[in-house]
Amino acid sequence: MTLALQLKGITKRFGALVANDGISLSLARGQVLALLGENGAGKSTLVSILFGHYRADAGEIEVFGQPLPPGQPRAALAAGIGMVHQHFTLAERLSVLDNVILGLEPLWRPVSRRRALRQRLVETAQRFGLQVDPEALVADLSVGERQRVEILKALVRGARILILDEPTAVLTPQESEALFRSLKALVAEGLSIIFISHKLDEVLAVSDRIAVLRAGRLVAELPNEAGLSKADLAEAMVGRAVQAPRRRAPPAPGPELCRLRGARLSGKPGLRGVDLSLHAGEVLAVAGVAGNGQHALAELLHGLHGLEGGSLEVLGQALPPRPRVWNEAGVARIPEDRHAAGVVGDLALWENALLEQYRSPRFTRFFGQLIRGGRARAYARELVQRFDVRGLEGRGLNTVTRSLSGGNMQKLILGRALSGADPARPPRLIVANQPTWGLDIGAVAYVHQLLLDACAAGAAVLLISEDLDEIFTLADRIAVMHEGHLSAARPRADWSLASIGLAMTGSEAPAHAT
Amino acid sequence: MRLEKRASPATAWRLGAPLLALALTLLVSSGLVAWAGAPVGQAYALLLEGGFGSRFAWSETLTRATPLILTGLAAAVAFKARLYNIGAEGQLYLGALAAVAVGGLHGGTGFELSPWLLFPLMMAAAALAGALLLLAPALMKSRLGVDEVVTTLLLNFIVLLFVAWMLDGPMKDPLAMGWPQSVGLQDALQLDKLIERSRVHTGLLWALGAGLLLWLMFRHSSTGFEIRAVGAGPQAAAFAGMPIAWVTVKVALISGALAGLAGAIEVAGRTGYVTLDMSPGYGYSGIVIAMLAGLHPLGVLAAAVFVAGLLVGADSMSRAVGVPTYIADVIVATALIATLACSLLVNYKIRWGRDGR
Repeated sequence: MTLALQLKGITKRFGALVANDGISLSLARGQVLALLGENGAGKSTLVSILFGHYRADAGEIEVFGQPLPPGQPRAALAAGIGMVHQHFTLAERLSVLDNVILGLEPLWRPVSRRRALRQRLVETAQRFGLQVDPEALVADLSVGERQRVEILKALVRGARILILDEPTAVLTPQESEALFRSLKALVAEGLSIIFISHKLDEVLAVSDRIAVLRAGRLVAELPNEAGLSKADLAEAMVGRAVQAPRRRAPPAPGPELCRLRGARLSGKPGLRGVDLSLHAGEVLAVAGVAGNGQHALAELLHGLHGLEGGSLEVLGQALPPRPRVWNEAGVARIPEDRHAAGVVGDLALWENALLEQYRSPRFTRFFGQLIRGGRARAYARELVQRFDVRGLEGRGLNTVTRSLSGGNMQKLILGRALSGADPARPPRLIVANQPTWGLDIGAVAYVHQLLLDACAAGAAVLLISEDLDEIFTLADRIAVMHEGHLSAARPRADWSLASIGLAMTGSEAPAHAT
Repeated sequence: MRLEKRASPATAWRLGAPLLALALTLLVSSGLVAWAGAPVGQAYALLLEGGFGSRFAWSETLTRATPLILTGLAAAVAFKARLYNIGAEGQLYLGALAAVAVGGLHGGTGFELSPWLLFPLMMAAAALAGALLLLAPALMKSRLGVDEVVTTLLLNFIVLLFVAWMLDGPMKDPLAMGWPQSVGLQDALQLDKLIERSRVHTGLLWALGAGLLLWLMFRHSSTGFEIRAVGAGPQAAAFAGMPIAWVTVKVALISGALAGLAGAIEVAGRTGYVTLDMSPGYGYSGIVIAMLAGLHPLGVLAAAVFVAGLLVGADSMSRAVGVPTYIADVIVATALIATLACSLLVNYKIRWGRDGR
């Protein structure tokens, strides 16, 4: 068994933060190593060092027995390290072949090696079972196909060690299966793979060995053998046993709180006649591959856009597209992108707590012109305590919001949304778009519990998510979005992973209810 | 050499960055002074003395600082909301023209109203002229997405040509012997001197008041909160329900009004009439001052006095040792670049390393 890659005592500090603490790892030829860890555990830093984006403070890397010069992406490429990023780096208006050639040839060159490279691309694709049409335009490809192009790009460049960063985050269950089959073929041909993920099922499905990082340290390195369970991995990752959210009894349907009839919004793909009915005390989840109209649905139900066709009734009214009105009517809104839309990163924590209500008579005087700083701070302090927002060292409520971790930022946003405009009247409708995206397991459990508690207290929750685990954990009913259409919502028990995957690709009518 | 983002901003550099910037500025400028053939130490001493070394120096510096404070505030408030108003120069001239239009000696006497009525009218007209001049680019930005840097910059030239026409036509001073110069302002409308036997006028108090008011607005008012939020995170502000377009309009009105007032106060406090060279680029210097001050209203007060002192000091230095007065502009520009570069060190650190071949 030859070693493809060996890391020896890699250490990297950012100021006081130790992102990687003496990490030693090895990867054999023809092996899949899963790198498991929560956000901020040091996975990306480690990979960035490997790929030469960062230079380690201490430690060495050997590739096929040769020391790898630190801090040089070119050297890493030349040594045979290929990287497939989570967000693809493809030029949409170019063909597959052009994307592969891009960067391989100097810009000014009398003779193009186009034909030779095309030959190499076709051969590589056949050898590893990664079928794509070399002349197809990348813009026309599905997400799964684009990922194949990214992998081919690395292979044509001669990669012998492939790093895949959260490769399944954007795929349907069927596409993920196809990816796993390709990975098996690659490994059989002698390639080595580092597979970064925080999804435990996948890690158990594809890897030979599993390395678990926590707070910059390598806390476990386990062979993937029978007997290794998800619970073991989760505990290694978090450092303590993780509690699943407490589910309650299936709800008796309450009054209808939100209704869409033939809702239309222009856009790509926008909404093309969406019907939806949401009742008090239930969680309705909208599943789907990113970019199938979830964004438009969220903008509509966050009160940012008006309808262009059809009708909308929320909490008994046809609310106009003005966020403040929605907030005051009792809609809690949780945006998809917490850094850009959830908070103003450069403002203080207490100011972000006030963001939705800075004109409310509760926090102002002189006809809403002057802000009552004292009351606003007291309110923020209450949110921080009630929703357990941490990370306020030194500066307290004046902490710059940008410096909070994703989980604490999300707690602040949830606290703000769930407290609502009127303390005596908590929100009755919660519209959450990807509320746990990028959060660590502990924070995810906390957010899920908050949503379920609000639901148990009689609120209706609309959950838009790309994470099927999350959907199956929380939802009472599930509907699937595809190309701007929303399927009928059916009870969770009527869906299987396979049927939901098919509905997500729109390739087949959703499976029948039993 | 490369930059790496720090995990958290370095507090030490927050204090150290301005000092390092100052040191760098002095170093670069020394080279130029030496190149001009003057003794560096003596030149700096003369510069400081000319700007801040005597009662007379201070009075000249404060006189020069008055319009700079107002244009600096105009830039600061607009930039805070990411409305890049490069047109303070034009707004200043239009404000000056509006002031003379209301308070000038047209036909020998002008409007025969009580100064108690005419003075506020004059100031309001100037503020309004500046505000409306910036309103058009602001609306074009928020409605049509037209880049305001281009529109406000080009409006400066249009306004200057308009002023040139007015000074040679409808508002020409018949007694100016052919010089392009507007009619004078009524004596009763001129600002009082703040210090006797100097040129410092009560316009300085207006400027200080405006700075204080703006600071209070940012700190305590909902409008100030909106401006800061829209500037720092427009998407989050829109999500929270802030009226982005309306905030942009409000900011444009405030910023334009401040620049317009700068023009009126220059006319009422210093020149007494409008000429085409009444501003040596106060509008543009205001941008530099706002940046030097980190867009902080009280910082603008200090930065404006600093820049004014350099400009005044450079005049007397150049008379004594023959270094061209342009050195002041060079120092200010170097200080700006050095400040921006050094403030990078708060959030980034420089890594030096053997980069291999």
